[in-house]
Amino acid sequence: MALHFELVTPAKLVRSEDVHMVVVPGAEGEFGVLEGHAPFMSTIRDGAVQVFKTEGGAPETIEVRGGFAEVGENGLTVLAEHVEG
Amino acid sequence: MASLKELKGRINSVKSTQKITKAKQMVAAAKLRRAQAAAEAARPYAERLSGVMASLAGKVSGDSAPKLLAGTGANQRHLLVVVNTDKGLCGGLNSNIVKAAKVKARALIAEGKDVSFYLVGKKGRAPIKRDYADRIEKWFDTSAVRQPGFEEAEAIADELIERFEKGEFDVAHLVYPIFKSALAQDPTVDQLIPVPSPAKGDGAAAGGDAVVEYEPGEEEILEELLPRYVRTQLFGALLEREASEQGASMTAMDNATRNAGDLINKLTIQYNRSRQAAITTELIEIIAGAEAL
Repeated sequence: MALHFELVTPAKLVRSEDVHMVVVPGAEGEFGVLEGHAPFMSTIRDGAVQVFKTEGGAPETIEVRGGFAEVGENGLTVLAEHVEG
Repeated sequence: MASLKELKGRINSVKSTQKITKAKQMVAAAKLRRAQAAAEAARPYAERLSGVMASLAGKVSGDSAPKLLAGTGANQRHLLVVVNTDKGLCGGLNSNIVKAAKVKARALIAEGKDVSFYLVGKKGRAPIKRDYADRIEKWFDTSAVRQPGFEEAEAIADELIERFEKGEFDVAHLVYPIFKSALAQDPTVDQLIPVPSPAKGDGAAAGGDAVVEYEPGEEEILEELLPRYVRTQLFGALLEREASEQGASMTAMDNATRNAGDLINKLTIQYNRSRQAAITTELIEIIAGAEAL
């Protein structure tokens, strides 16, 4: 039910938590990641990552710049160069 | 034999030196903790990045590999990126880094390669200039900022990559200190460009058997990834440098404080002896005068 989400920048590990869904601004369009997503890797464009803690809840947005997202067995990892806020 | 007044002056001057070294030691100890925490915080990113790199580099190979991974094909012109500190008072740290860089440079020159230097930090300039004045390409100044962050690493990496793309050098090596403890900082030489291929074994393990989908494509991602990897590498070097500087400074200043203490003790004994000798002489004079009457 829960997706493990990690947001990492060179300076620190910003987030490491279990969430419901994350919407990532991929280079070729936004994509949402739920638990059990197939292995996937994409570069991301500058934009907001939306984190849905619970189903139907209001998303928390985190502005990221430069980086890429990787979906593997252990969940979603977003490697971003800068995070605002 | 120094006079009493001179001795007193020397004791006071050593005492004030000791105050300075003690203050510097305490500052370094406080900063060291912060620098170490920063170095640790940067580790997850570097680990993930090299994991992804390993899994990608295994898939993209041969002619299609980007230049940053495959190299220019030549192996003639080498660039040594030497990371030194901006401030002194940190014992033998900088001279050790410079020594490591010079050893590498001599080895490369002996092989008949062209060597040039790219210096980061103030303290490497003078000693390298002494031996290789005409080979220094650029100084990158990090002394203006209090704590070098990712922006500086980015600036250095972007410039290096630009030079590489222009074909100004074939191979870049990074010389920087690795922080082991407050007592030991090892100068290390790592290949920076072309990015050394990660061990294939790790790649297979990280990628697993699962078919990973790539967007846009494997090569495009790799092309994005490589400069980022170089940046992370440099950022790591800057953080290691920071921790090493504070660690070395703490140890050096601890020694200096102790030496000053020893010196003060010695001078104080000398001072007391001289004073006693003066008093004894005076007494003898008085007694001799009284006896003569």
